[in-house]
Amino acid sequence: MTIRPILLLDNVSRVHGQDETAVRALDGVTLTVDAGELVAVMGPSGSGKSTLLNLAGGLDQPTTGKVIVEGADVGAMSLRDLAALRRRSLGFVFQDFNLIPSLTAAENVALPLELDGLRVSKARRIALDSLEAVGIAELADRYPEHMSGGQQQRVAIARALVGNRRLVLADEPTGALDSQTGEDVLRVLRARCDAGAGGLLVTHEARHAAWADRVVFLRDGVVVDTTGTPASAESLLDPAGAV
Amino acid sequence: MSIRRGLLALLAQEPMYGAQLRSEFESRTGGTWPLNVGQVYTTLARLERDGLVEAAGAADAEGRINYRLTDLGRTEVQRWWAAPVDRGDTPRDELVIKLALAVTVPGVDIQRLVQTQRTATLRHLQDLTKLKRSTPDEADGRGPGDQNELAWLLVLDNLVYAAEAEIRWLDHVESRLARSLTRAPKARTGDTASSQADRSAKRVSR
Repeated sequence: MTIRPILLLDNVSRVHGQDETAVRALDGVTLTVDAGELVAVMGPSGSGKSTLLNLAGGLDQPTTGKVIVEGADVGAMSLRDLAALRRRSLGFVFQDFNLIPSLTAAENVALPLELDGLRVSKARRIALDSLEAVGIAELADRYPEHMSGGQQQRVAIARALVGNRRLVLADEPTGALDSQTGEDVLRVLRARCDAGAGGLLVTHEARHAAWADRVVFLRDGVVVDTTGTPASAESLLDPAGAV
Repeated sequence: MSIRRGLLALLAQEPMYGAQLRSEFESRTGGTWPLNVGQVYTTLARLERDGLVEAAGAADAEGRINYRLTDLGRTEVQRWWAAPVDRGDTPRDELVIKLALAVTVPGVDIQRLVQTQRTATLRHLQDLTKLKRSTPDEADGRGPGDQNELAWLLVLDNLVYAAEAEIRWLDHVESRLARSLTRAPKARTGDTASSQADRSAKRVSR
């Protein structure tokens, strides 16, 4: 198999604290997200969902196991490389949008590209393409405060997947939205994955998880169940293909 | 009961014959509750007996009779739109019965039962969501093509919310079982209710 998952968590554990106060937030979790795939993670609070997302995004390091993004071992990276990975390969979408209020939609989306050294005009052109892909090209020059929650979340998705970024990590992206707007955002996320991105969606709402190709249930840091078949099961069996 | 009222509501729009009522009912509810023609004619016969519908003239060349509402039928339709649907009459739900029995019959692995059901219900929810994805909606700038497509989306949404409610309930069942498990050692023995809780909690722990 030559399909390399965009994201691979290989037998990942994360322990907070030591000895008798040690808390096992994640315990031997293996998970892949392929190009074109949306994977949802469900579980009660404290089940390890956020830890999983932070590990996938390089915001935290596993105690044991490997996190591989686009073939690169996140655990073996210097801080500088890690920062570059977060600028170039992946983006986060949060419940409360997290756009920079003093920047327009296009400037928000262009920001990771500019931080990565791209010329402003080129970054803007790519940002406009990304806004177009989430259906709000006409809002490019609006500030966040003049956009609805659903529109702001579309900007956040556009930013997460701008340019060559192919992995979107979404943490309860519909939490602050009404049911219809929440569904619209899920449709956009789904469409971006259908167009080739990989998505990892953390949610406690089954209705939203159902937009994913696979739903993984976490309980006390352990994957207790999965719906659907991972697209790249073979690559996991073949170490050369997986790493 | 809903077939009876559904047919009355359709006849309030215009007189129709049996086969037409059947296909209109199905297309407007997205084919989720298929009717057979026998059901339609039996229902029409009862509605006629009760004075809610009447034949609008003689049978045509193909033997079809157009039915229309009587004044009484029209009143019945108005009453249906105005009144809430009665939820007091709880339908039997196999899953609820199964779980209630599972906590009282010895030797059932309830945790596994809950888990298996939740995965199955979530798969069902994924299937429903795929159907939604294939139906035009405002979000992708297409919008439902006509009123029947809108009706289909509403029916799908209802099934989605029902499946979601079942999953949330199963989550709740799971945490309630876990709690009864941790309490079990402290529970008083003697009265039947708590010793029953003891037993079920012990089964859960296996």
